[in-house]
Parts: sequence; structure tokens; C-alpha cells
Amino acid sequence: MVGKKRVAVIGAGMTLFRRNLKETGKELAWHASKMALDQAGLELNDMQSVVMGTAPDAFDGVHMKGEYLADGAGAWRKPYSRVFVGGGTGVFAIDAGWWHVASGQFDTCLVVAEEKMSSCYPHPAYAFTTIFDPIYSRPLGVTLIWIFALEMHRYMHRHGIKKEEIALVSVKNKRNALDHPCAQLGANITVEDVLNSEIMCWPVQRLDISPTSDGAAALVLASEDVAKKLTDNPVWIDGTGWCIDTTFWTNRDLYYPRYVQCAAQMAYKMAGIKNPPKEIDVAEVYDPFDYKELHHMEGLMLARKGQAPKLTADGVTQRDGDLPINPSGGLLGVGNPIAAAGLMKCCEIFWQLRGEAGKRQVKGDPRTGLAQAWGDLMQYGSVVIMRS
Amino acid sequence: MSEKIKRFPGEELKGADIRVGKVPTIRFRPRVRYLWSAGVAMSRFIEGLKEGKIVASTCEKCGRIMVPPRAFCEECFKPVDGYTPVKDTGTINTWSVSYVAGDASRIKEPILVAVIDMDGASTGMGLLHLLGEIDDWKQIKFGMRVKAVWKPPEERTGNITDIRYFKPVKEV
Repeated sequence: MVGKKRVAVIGAGMTLFRRNLKETGKELAWHASKMALDQAGLELNDMQSVVMGTAPDAFDGVHMKGEYLADGAGAWRKPYSRVFVGGGTGVFAIDAGWWHVASGQFDTCLVVAEEKMSSCYPHPAYAFTTIFDPIYSRPLGVTLIWIFALEMHRYMHRHGIKKEEIALVSVKNKRNALDHPCAQLGANITVEDVLNSEIMCWPVQRLDISPTSDGAAALVLASEDVAKKLTDNPVWIDGTGWCIDTTFWTNRDLYYPRYVQCAAQMAYKMAGIKNPPKEIDVAEVYDPFDYKELHHMEGLMLARKGQAPKLTADGVTQRDGDLPINPSGGLLGVGNPIAAAGLMKCCEIFWQLRGEAGKRQVKGDPRTGLAQAWGDLMQYGSVVIMRS
Repeated sequence: MSEKIKRFPGEELKGADIRVGKVPTIRFRPRVRYLWSAGVAMSRFIEGLKEGKIVASTCEKCGRIMVPPRAFCEECFKPVDGYTPVKDTGTINTWSVSYVAGDASRIKEPILVAVIDMDGASTGMGLLHLLGEIDDWKQIKFGMRVKAVWKPPEERTGNITDIRYFKPVKEV
């Protein structure tokens, strides 16, 4: 076990995820933080450190976003850091919170993630165009959706995967989200609905994509000593991993996310996991697009290369299947306020491992769960493994 | 959400209410501008484009010929050993058809985009660019051979758009 101290999650909170919320980012962060503290039975004064995860400043138009949000995360007069690794931020935030406590420097850490994408008006898509290399990419008019379409297409081509097989992920996750009280896009849809939806950027269609959202989520982390005093039901952070690949994304074969594999191997090694599909009971895999769930299952070695569609078609990844993937409803169903979406996944694993997920609870008393996020120019992976 | 939690904060706003001004809002449009130095390696690249050449950089240690060129080899973490033009032909590695513009608005005539593995560069050294002279996008294929269509020399400005697009080529 790496680290000086074992670290537990002892409380979680989140807001509704919606296209537009009235609350400011700071107010959303406060709601999620307060709920997580209440669930842990703690006060803000009990928090020795704070980690905030939040994605591009351009969404909010406040170019010191971490500082702007600090009050909402209860960070005033506290050791505070804002972390940002694109879409990977939400799960990287819990990884960063873990090292705050594992190092022995702090006994407690409040981990908060917030995103308010609606402030970038009328649509946040344009803010994303500033992530690309200014010299050799931007003059072409490149957009975020192009690069995902290029990756999806390469993945489909390499393994001979059909759109119908990928659409099953969107159907599953949106249906799972019907049971999530915070969900933005829970729905009963069919594969045909996905295949008949508007073509955005072939092979990406409207119902292959998660929405833009406002929302926040938070977790309370504590060292073993503190956690055992406060709860009989801690959830342990037993594995953390993160990895980045080069920004020269056109120089990599996009069919497989090696950097996700690298992050997963780091986390599995720490957690002593040798056979991920057998040892992981439930996983929240990053799904901003339906193909990404499959792509990431393979990167996480939960499925062999090219085999994730078959597991999906066979029902293995359903909530009552042998390896439930995204029982929350994922980004496709619950919504995608970037950093908050990643931390929402960590909240879901926490609730699943505590047996508190209600209608979303997976069968068989899950003991080991995984959450993963992904971001930047298709180059970043962050992973956390939790055990009850 | 945990079944222990009964109330979930957040007040949803309707897009229509925002548009007609029923919701208190403040507007702001940033007026920032940028002027980027193209840098050591990319200056070679865009100067090459003016001359109708696609410039790569080479690393003698790993043997890679890299497009886009860089000043240092990120694998060997050493300066590159030189710059060399590669061919303006290549193979489609992956492709897409965009009906969405940068601001998420919809466009009628789709933009055809591809990652093109460049001939003369190391395997898998792809360049992002546009495709053209294709009547129906369903004709685009993985592995299709393409060639750059350049602007006339007097119209080139030293920009990736000095190549208008890549068009399919039939090879004997």
C-alpha cells in the first residue's frame, strides 16, 4: 500500500445536473460541499484541506476560477488547491485529495468539483475550440466534436464495430439515469432512436453525446483514525492512478487509450488487483459519448480490445449484469458538468459500496468499485479504486 | 444519489425564460486578442507551406520523421537533428463529416475532415486536415490515398490553410 495513511471517503453530496441552473458556480459548490459534510457528520471547521476540481476558466469567463470558487468549497483560510486536467478533472480531484491525506499532512480533505457551462452563452462549444494548438490546428476550424468523431470512427474501423452496438450504451445509460434523482437526461430510448437522431459529426449522432450541464459534487475524505471514529461504514480509497499522453494526438493510433491503461495499471497495482474484470464489482466509466464507455472499458482492461461491445450486447454491463457499468446513468444520462460529472461518478461508487444507491443499487453486495475520467486532447486518464 | 438524501439542491432555469429576459442576468463579451510566435519548429513548418512543402523534423536517435515537426523529440527528450520535407500525399487514417460549426450551430454543406498519415514520415504520423473534391461523403474510405491541393503561391500566407484540402488520388 502506497502512502503513509489509509484514506476513507466518509461523505458525499451533489446538486441537480441541469442545462441551466439559477445558482452561481460558487453557490453550487457550497450546496454540494454542505451536503457532503452533513452526510459525514462534520462541520467545515473539521476540514483541514480543500481540493477543488473545475474545468476551463472560459466556461465561467472568470480567469481565476479556482479562487473565485474557493468560498463555495469552504476553502477560506485553508490549504487549497485547484486541479484541472480537462475532462479527467473530476476523478483526478479525488486522487489529489487522497494524497493530501495519505501523505500524513492532513487528517481530512474536502474534495469539491463544480462546473457551470451555461454561463458561456449561447453555447459553451466555442470555448472548447481554444483547447487546440493555435498554429497547426485552429486555422482549420477544428472543434471538439471533430476529434471525438475521428476517434470513434478509428475505433469502429479497427475492430469492425457497428453503430448499433455502440448505441446500446446510450440506451442503457439513459435508462439507468431514470432512477437518479439528479439526472438531466434520463429516458427510455431505443437503438433506432439513436441511429435516427441528427447527424452531428459522422459517426457521432445527437443521441451518442452527453449534454452540457451545470452542477457540483463533493466528497469528504478522512484518514483511517478519523474515519473509524465517525462511521462504521467507511469506503476506502485503495487505488489511484493518472497518466497523460502527448498532445500530438494525430500521431497516436486512436483506437486504444494507452494512457487510460497506464493510469489503470497504476491504480490496480496499488490496490493489488490482478484480474480487473473478476475483481471489480461495479464501475463508473467515463462516458461523454457512448463509444467512450466501450473504449474506456478496454483501456481499463475490464474488457479485451474490441470486446466491450459484445459484453454490452450480452447484458453484462447492465445494472443486474456481472459487471455493471455506469449504474448512475453516467454522463449520457445524469449529465456532463465536466469536473462535477467525474466526481459524481466517485459519489456513485461510494453510495454503491455503502449499499445506499436505492433503485440504482447493483446486485450482489459490491465490495470493490472503480471510477474513471478522461480528458484534454484525448490524452488524459484518471482512475480511483474504492473498497468497502 | 444516496437514498438517505431526500432533497437535492438546484433551481432549474428554462432557456426560453433566459432568452426573453425573465431571469436576472449580466452580459459580457471579452475583447482579448492573441498574436502567437509560431515557435522554432513550427516557423519552419509554415515557411515550408509557403513554398508548397510539408516540413517534418527528424530524430537520429529513435529514427522518427515527425509531422507536425517539433524542436525536440519528446520520446528521446533531445533536440531534433534536422528538418526535411515529406511528400504531400498520404493515406486516410480516420475521417469524419461535420454538420456542426465551432459555436455548435448547424451547417448545410458538411465539412469533411481526416487524419492523414503522411508519406515519407514515420508510420502513424498523421496530420489533421480537410478533404475536398468528393461528391458524396459515403465515398470516403479508410486507407484511401489522398494528395494536397495547394493554394497558388501568391495566395499562400504561411498557414496550414495554404493547403486548401486533400483530394482523393488514383494511383497506378
